[in-house]
Amino acid sequence: MQSRVIEKAASLLESGACTRVLGWKAGAFFYDVTPAVFTCAQEVREQMVFNPFCGANLSKYLIAESRKEGRIAVFLKPCDTFSFVQLQKEHRIARDKVWAVGVQCRGMCDIDSLKELGLKGVTAVEEAEDDLRVTTLYQEKTISRKEALSPRCHTCKSRKLLDCDELIGDQGQDLPSSRFAQVEALEAMTPEERFAFWRGELSKCIRCNACRNVCPACSCEKCVFDNPNSGVQNKAAASSFEENLFHIIRAFHVAGRCTDCGECTRVCPQHIPLHLLNRKFIKDMNEFYGPYQAGGDFDAKPPMLAFTLDDPEASIITNGRDGQ
Amino acid sequence: MQVNETFTPTIVAFCCNWCSYAGADLSGTNRLQYPANVKIIRIPCSCRLNPMFILRAFQRGADGVILCGCHPGDCHYTTGNYYARRRMTLLFSLLDFMGIERERTRVEWVSAAEGAKFAATMNDFTQTITRLGPNRRLEDLRCKVE
Ligand code: SF4
Ligand code: SF4
Ligand code: SF4
Repeated sequence: MQSRVIEKAASLLESGACTRVLGWKAGAFFYDVTPAVFTCAQEVREQMVFNPFCGANLSKYLIAESRKEGRIAVFLKPCDTFSFVQLQKEHRIARDKVWAVGVQCRGMCDIDSLKELGLKGVTAVEEAEDDLRVTTLYQEKTISRKEALSPRCHTCKSRKLLDCDELIGDQGQDLPSSRFAQVEALEAMTPEERFAFWRGELSKCIRCNACRNVCPACSCEKCVFDNPNSGVQNKAAASSFEENLFHIIRAFHVAGRCTDCGECTRVCPQHIPLHLLNRKFIKDMNEFYGPYQAGGDFDAKPPMLAFTLDDPEASIITNGRDGQ
Repeated sequence: MQVNETFTPTIVAFCCNWCSYAGADLSGTNRLQYPANVKIIRIPCSCRLNPMFILRAFQRGADGVILCGCHPGDCHYTTGNYYARRRMTLLFSLLDFMGIERERTRVEWVSAAEGAKFAATMNDFTQTITRLGPNRRLEDLRCKVE
């Protein structure tokens, strides 16, 4: 896969079809791959990577990049294409300035998943079909790709590549996903237990704002949380209330637009399962207003921009408590 | 949670200017009784209710928050309350999901002619909140006004 992606990027630049390429390059370690813009084929051949650690969703960068001169090529995984479509729906991306290359995906890996398997000092990971050959300072080991998957990839909703100009690999299908299982487990708890769960998670937050900055749905040019008068722009969480407020409001602002890409949880340095908040919204919206997948197509009306005369009243909320 | 016998809950009622606020007025001119600890905040439409207002009310010591607006179909601006209905349903569901009991939040449609319904709603809501006890989960103690 890596060689096909790099060749494609280089040839798009060489032929002049695009002036820039948005892809990934290695960071300080091979597993902390970072997004990067390349402007010449030589740069691409030297620096560009495509490996199982290219988790970053590049679609959000297109908001700024598609406003610049010339056309930019971008590589998108299936989940990234949902954000790509959603951003177009919101008129944030100039589609004619983008050449979208869809890359089929077998699930991205996570260094933390490897560490959990007891693999320390990892120096290289090689793909081999459904397996990964992991080289560490101490040993070489072959593990199945499934074991090393990043948590979000276990509940991947779809391998469809939407709205791409060309594909590398095959077109995929929607997957049967158990993505609401964790939400349901929480719903089954008592309010006291749920409060304790969220307090335990959210009290770890250091307000680095990474979850906001990475989220393709969170793309306001002026964010409420940057307003010094809001009382919640502080980096350090001053009180438990402010921690809750930040997360409730952030989740609410992207309700109906969150494509469930899982980036928020992936980037959180404190491993807070943030995606559960928006999954709860998605589950509720599906139940109350009919199935909807943000970014799934160009036509469906987003539930938070619509209403029907006989929408359920707020008394419908049960969260697992049967119809009381 | 302990039920304190002397506990009088603080209730914040966001009322739409065109219906419930007038409904509250009517209930007053009709000399109907509703608890004095209901603090009414007038908003131009139920749809004006920013979720931040609700969280702020809880932060400053509210024990329950209720939104009152025009009945569906009667919105002064035609459709505001339909959007408010969706938003509040989702927000209150998320609050409940995070452990803020859903009984602490409520949406009720009260027209300008329904003074009696306004008083009855407030009495009932106050009872519910008294039973639940003080809100400790979304409260910033620094801001508590004694
Ligand atoms: S809230 Fe999280 S899962 Fe949803 S779009 Fe934003 S980053 Fe993706
Ligand atoms: S948190 Fe809200 S205001 Fe801030 S960027 Fe996200 S959607 Fe915009
Ligand atoms: S990424 Fe994690 S630690 Fe940073 S602000 Fe978001 S929740 Fe808090």
